[in-house]
Amino acid sequence: MNDNQTMTHGVDIGSLRKKGPELSLDREDVCLEVKNLDLYYGDTQALFDINMKIPRKRVTAYIGPSGCGKSTLLRCFNRMNDLVDIARVDGSILLDGDEINSRGVDVPDLRRRVGMVFQKPNPFPKSVYENIAYGLRLQGINNRSTLDDVVEWALKGAALWDEVKDRLNDSAFGLSGGQQQRLVIARAIAVQPEVLLLDEPASALDPISTLKIEELIYELKSTYTIVIVTHNMQQAARVSDYTAFMYLGKMVEYDATDRLFTNPKNRQTEDYITGRYG
Amino acid sequence: MIKDIKKWFASGEPWIWLNAAAVGASVIMVVGLLLLIAVRGLGHFWPHAIEEVRYQWQGEEVRIIGEVQGKELVDTQRLIDSGIPLETDELKVTRYLMKIGNRDAYGVDFRNIVEPLVVARERPRDLITVERTEYGNFYGYLREVKEAGTVVASGEAAWAALQERIDRVAALRHDIRAIEKYAIGDINYAMEKLRLTRRRLEIKGEDTPENLARIDSQRAVLDERYDKLYAELNALYEEIRRDSFTAEIQDGRVLEVPMERVIQAYRPNAMNLLQKIGFYLGQLWNFVSGEPREANTEGGIFPAIFGTVMMVLVMAVLVTPLGVVAAVYLREYAKQGPLVRTIRIAVNNLAGVPSIVYGVFGLGFFVYFLGGNIDRLFYPEAAPAPVFGTPGMIWASLTLALLTLPVVIVSTEEGLSRIPRSIREGSLALGATKAETLWRTVLPMTSPAIMTGLILAVARAAGEVAPLMLVGVVKLAPSLAVDGNFPFLHLERKFMHLGFHIYDVGFQSPNVEAARPLVYATALLLVIIIIALNLVAIGVRNRLREKYRELEN
Repeated sequence: MNDNQTMTHGVDIGSLRKKGPELSLDREDVCLEVKNLDLYYGDTQALFDINMKIPRKRVTAYIGPSGCGKSTLLRCFNRMNDLVDIARVDGSILLDGDEINSRGVDVPDLRRRVGMVFQKPNPFPKSVYENIAYGLRLQGINNRSTLDDVVEWALKGAALWDEVKDRLNDSAFGLSGGQQQRLVIARAIAVQPEVLLLDEPASALDPISTLKIEELIYELKSTYTIVIVTHNMQQAARVSDYTAFMYLGKMVEYDATDRLFTNPKNRQTEDYITGRYG
Repeated sequence: MIKDIKKWFASGEPWIWLNAAAVGASVIMVVGLLLLIAVRGLGHFWPHAIEEVRYQWQGEEVRIIGEVQGKELVDTQRLIDSGIPLETDELKVTRYLMKIGNRDAYGVDFRNIVEPLVVARERPRDLITVERTEYGNFYGYLREVKEAGTVVASGEAAWAALQERIDRVAALRHDIRAIEKYAIGDINYAMEKLRLTRRRLEIKGEDTPENLARIDSQRAVLDERYDKLYAELNALYEEIRRDSFTAEIQDGRVLEVPMERVIQAYRPNAMNLLQKIGFYLGQLWNFVSGEPREANTEGGIFPAIFGTVMMVLVMAVLVTPLGVVAAVYLREYAKQGPLVRTIRIAVNNLAGVPSIVYGVFGLGFFVYFLGGNIDRLFYPEAAPAPVFGTPGMIWASLTLALLTLPVVIVSTEEGLSRIPRSIREGSLALGATKAETLWRTVLPMTSPAIMTGLILAVARAAGEVAPLMLVGVVKLAPSLAVDGNFPFLHLERKFMHLGFHIYDVGFQSPNVEAARPLVYATALLLVIIIIALNLVAIGVRNRLREKYRELEN
């Protein structure tokens, strides 16, 4: 059993991670705090009493089997669940100490502060340039030189600048899947959010594009608080500082990634990461 | 054997044949229809030969001069019963329809002749056809050209002199028209404006002596200008009435025709093929660009083309925003429930309401209620003459917009429902509100679907006639809806329409035989215009589609 703790699916977790100081949630600056969160789809409860603190400028990953509520929870952080008519949220989520679930919250502004990238790349049917400028134009920024600067900065931030700098005015649909996903990330960081929510950002991509996205995540965490949902445990192990395991709408275990993968406290977690649960 | 047939059915081959047959039948019908109207309509403008026929009629030989316009087989007995003495064993004989023209001389301009009574037919090269502004075509032998009653040319020289004088008359006619239509038209417009201003002052009680004096002085200026123009016009009329020509017609009489009425003269029998083609193209252009004459049975149909296109464009401008806004509300904002479902069914059913019902509604609501109230509120000085409270282009366009609204709503809704959720979420996640998402991303992506709706709407609206007869179309509109008088666009005016023109020329015309080719030509033109409008819209849609092509995965 002890052997299995360091070898999940034959992957050596230890060698995947860059060694750093021991992480502990108690010492972190809290960015998002979830308290007693329940979520219902009609009569069905999808999330049960979630409590967790998401640390600032770290990567926090959600893992768990399909349908366990990872994405649903992620979509609570920028109130995307408002779009689902039958969804009802109880409990509280604090962003920098401010409640985001109350009525008076300016939802578009919240979504600007909490950016989101989806599973499938979803560029708009516009040029590369206009895709990045979209969020700024929404804020009424139409000054050409400001836009030029931000577009370049965001594309560089998403490690895409060198590949697209000569075709900024071409349709974004002409890019490859991996490029499109980085474009979408660039689009999200162009509005300078505090938090980036990534909903399985690499699941529709090939291995090389996935690697690029993962490297990008590693770069971005020095600036942004990143929350990522992934199916892929190795990916969680590679990119995240903290990992939460969810199962059937409940938060089973939440800890520093190293500890969770090497020394899970909960039997269900252990079964899942060792592959006994599929 | 039966097994084989069963196998053949199971293979699906009979159904393929059936499908092919259905497609074939459709294509044949459409092509046949177009061919029929094209041949019948376009043939009319060809310079037909003039025949001189010597004909046995009531015991003596008569001369008939004219164009052969039709030929059919008729039962001999029927002709004998109707009093034509035929001595032949044939069961059927050929009967020709000849256009003999010269309505001022004979009273009729068509005549039937039967083959057995024809003694001889020939095509003398010096027979002339003269197209006139009144009484239709003239056929005969040119004798003399006169200037102010004295003969200036006769014999062979007369033909050249005639052509010269036709050019002179055409120039004069152009000048007269410029004065009558534009110069005097503008003055009349200004005078009517002044009259209305004066009336408005009276209604408001502001008809102080100063104000009235100002109007009177303006009017005096206009009167003076009018008098000057009127004198000029009279001089031109004197000029145009100066010349005439004389020609011998079929019964041997020599008639004098004033040049004033002559539009053009030609000798079709002396023309070679190239000349005929040139003449044909000229006639075609006159038809498309000219104004109608003689109760619409002669001349061109430009006002009708203009009215049709303009009305369709105004309709498109009205129906698109209305339909899109309604569809956006139904699909994006309204809470989906029984009420919205009912509304949607009702909208879809609106497309099935007979168009004449829309005409009645348009007349009752738009013309009498809306237009009447606009008149009461904004144009009290014009009373009792209506301005907007009478059928006009704006009301016709509105009625058709209502008629085509369901098509636009339905296709816009379909387009909206096809926009992937991921695109909307992407926009919302960047901090866009729902309205911003709609405006910046969803509606541009829906534009090809909106164009599809518009294409269907245009196709339906351009071909609609029945409701228009109630809300704005007339047989002959004195002026177009666009002209040089401020505010340049006069949507309250009545207009001409190709569809109604077909009905009017074909069924309301006093001269059915003369009008028939025009019915086909006008029908062909209507089809061409609808196709052209559709091609433009389809072109725009394909460009938009290319631009907003969705992700390929």
